[in-house]
Amino acid sequence: MAKTVVIDPVTRIEGHAKISIYLDDAGEVEDARFHVVEYRGFEKFCEGRPFTEMAGITARICGICPVSHLLAAAKTGDKLLAVKVPVAGEKLRRLMNLGQFTQSHALSFFHLSSPDFLLGWDSDPATRNVFGLIAADPDLARAGIRLRQFGQTIIEKLGARKIHAAWAVPGGVRSPLSEEGRTWIRERLPESFETLYTALNLFKQLLDRFTTETEEFGKFPSLFMGLVGKNGEWEHYGGHLRFRDSEGTIIADHLSEDDYHSFIGEAVEPWSYLKFPYYKPLGYPDGIYRVGPLARLNVCDHIGTEAADRELREMRDRAGGLPTSSFFYHYARLIEILAALEKIQQLMDDPDVVSERVRAQAGINELEGVGVSEAPRGTLFHHYKVDENGLIQKVNLIIATGQNNLAMNKTVTQIAKHYIHGNEIPEGLLNRVEAGIRCFDPCLSCSTHAAGQMPLHVELIGADGALLNEVYRR
Amino acid sequence: MSVKTLTINDQPIAIEEGKTILDAAKEAGIPIPTLCHLEGVSDVGACRLCLVEVKGINKLLPACVTQVAEGMEISTNTPKLQEYRRMAVELIFAEGNHVCSVCVANNNCELQDVAVEVGMDHSRFVYRFPDRGVDVSHSQFGIDHNRCILCTRCVRVCDEVEGAHVWDVAQRGAACYIVSGMNQPWGEVEACTSCGKCVDACPTGAIFRKGTTTAEKAGDREKLEFLVTAREQGQWTR
Repeated sequence: MAKTVVIDPVTRIEGHAKISIYLDDAGEVEDARFHVVEYRGFEKFCEGRPFTEMAGITARICGICPVSHLLAAAKTGDKLLAVKVPVAGEKLRRLMNLGQFTQSHALSFFHLSSPDFLLGWDSDPATRNVFGLIAADPDLARAGIRLRQFGQTIIEKLGARKIHAAWAVPGGVRSPLSEEGRTWIRERLPESFETLYTALNLFKQLLDRFTTETEEFGKFPSLFMGLVGKNGEWEHYGGHLRFRDSEGTIIADHLSEDDYHSFIGEAVEPWSYLKFPYYKPLGYPDGIYRVGPLARLNVCDHIGTEAADRELREMRDRAGGLPTSSFFYHYARLIEILAALEKIQQLMDDPDVVSERVRAQAGINELEGVGVSEAPRGTLFHHYKVDENGLIQKVNLIIATGQNNLAMNKTVTQIAKHYIHGNEIPEGLLNRVEAGIRCFDPCLSCSTHAAGQMPLHVELIGADGALLNEVYRR
Repeated sequence: MSVKTLTINDQPIAIEEGKTILDAAKEAGIPIPTLCHLEGVSDVGACRLCLVEVKGINKLLPACVTQVAEGMEISTNTPKLQEYRRMAVELIFAEGNHVCSVCVANNNCELQDVAVEVGMDHSRFVYRFPDRGVDVSHSQFGIDHNRCILCTRCVRVCDEVEGAHVWDVAQRGAACYIVSGMNQPWGEVEACTSCGKCVDACPTGAIFRKGTTTAEKAGDREKLEFLVTAREQGQWTR
């Protein structure tokens, strides 16, 4: 008999979601859907506010990656002022984003995903979490938590608080790094590198064992999108947008965020509050593309720092080209932490990070602006229209997790098809379905600009539409 | 000049006739919370935070506009007053749209300070979420009516110190709001001298310098000192 499995709520992700798995009459998986069930309305209630407040307001979308919204909003503000941000201001913004990458990726890897790898997909869900990890490998757990703290503290040293520092403003930033802050970061760098290498080596060993996961966790051809620098190097703040396909062919390059409407469409499905962006020239849903750590490593030609480039080459060797398995997001995340640490190290020797000339002043010079920045989870767009006094008339936010929506749905379908046969579903298999989502480290609070937490609910739905089985986890 | 003798919280006090209970308390070093009171301009008793109890009078009196009288026995901090003050602050929060986390005056706000002072940790009243506007038509300043508590300090400082009388209060009751000129956009009011006294006088983030972002409104309370002495010292610009 046909049925549907429902995983609700999805655990160890940021936000609230459920997964429905649809079975056919033979009990085989026909389709699977990742539903985002929260709604917030930031784009609406920002209307009428002065644009200068947008960085502060949109940062509140998320407690994990407020820096991403802060930077995208400040960059959109730069466009409205039509000013050039002082060199030191840009470097400082970059520094904060690198701190953000470090802390967010460390959170995703150590706190949220590593319990699956290290404790086992089928281990007891009661301990398959960061506390179980602390019990099983206290040294690794402590190192991971301290690596996240390193990133968070960089944010605090710059913006005076770890979360929701309203420090990046239209035109630049409010203040430079203090000498005390610089000393602290320098002293903590060696330990952070060491933790990262431990995790990276551990993950590479696991990768040799997890051949099924590598094959089944969202391995499919798709486009990848991300920012790249002038010379095709890895970017997280500036540069231009590039689309590349799984074979490595550059489909579109030197795209400007200002024209995002011409290459990104946003589709809506009745069963999710999360929109489905797609690459317009290929249409919906064929224009499926992925963003985030794996996409950034796939679109760039090189990273631009020695150790990270070495690891990038190794990753591509292991995958035999550009990796297309979403399981490689974890791998890419670790390589990005390495790149971030190397770039932070470079910035510590740059006199600009303590320069006082960090903010350009101007009035409203443009009535419309689009800002783009790489959030840890992928490319983030802010688009504002203002009146002649600078009051917001219209806001559109395109969030990384939304852009991965099609890919996440494809990933859960692939995993469900591989692991689920018939009505009885072992918990460990459901966990693999959830883990498919965790590869993308989705932030649903961001992507729907929504409130709440993210537990998981899986529904098993029969061919006749009847609910046959469901599993809740809160 | 005759002197009145009275007690505040059982402390005997002698003060000139014509002074207010708030003056007397200040002289005796007894704190009474205020929001609409601003040294150097007239008092209006708008915020009701300075309410005190006077023995023999069965209603609460605002200390800022009640003159001292011989033999008054005043209490400033009874449980009843504490409860009423907290309620007054909660009502102010529930009335407008006060979102501290993204406000220009966060950490530099008298409303925030007073909420802490009266021990408010949340509002027991349902928020009204009124639909109010923001006027940033002035070249340097803006007014966000969402954050206005109708203390009228801007009205009084503009009228009594600057002499421009740009501001007034329109409507009645819950519909009240501050208007500039003849209910025109601020930027079109010719009487405005762009002196910025209203920005300094505003206790919240309602009137601010344009371009200010979250928590950036400088809480320079010394500017208030300037407002008080400006007329005597002939200082018309800062």
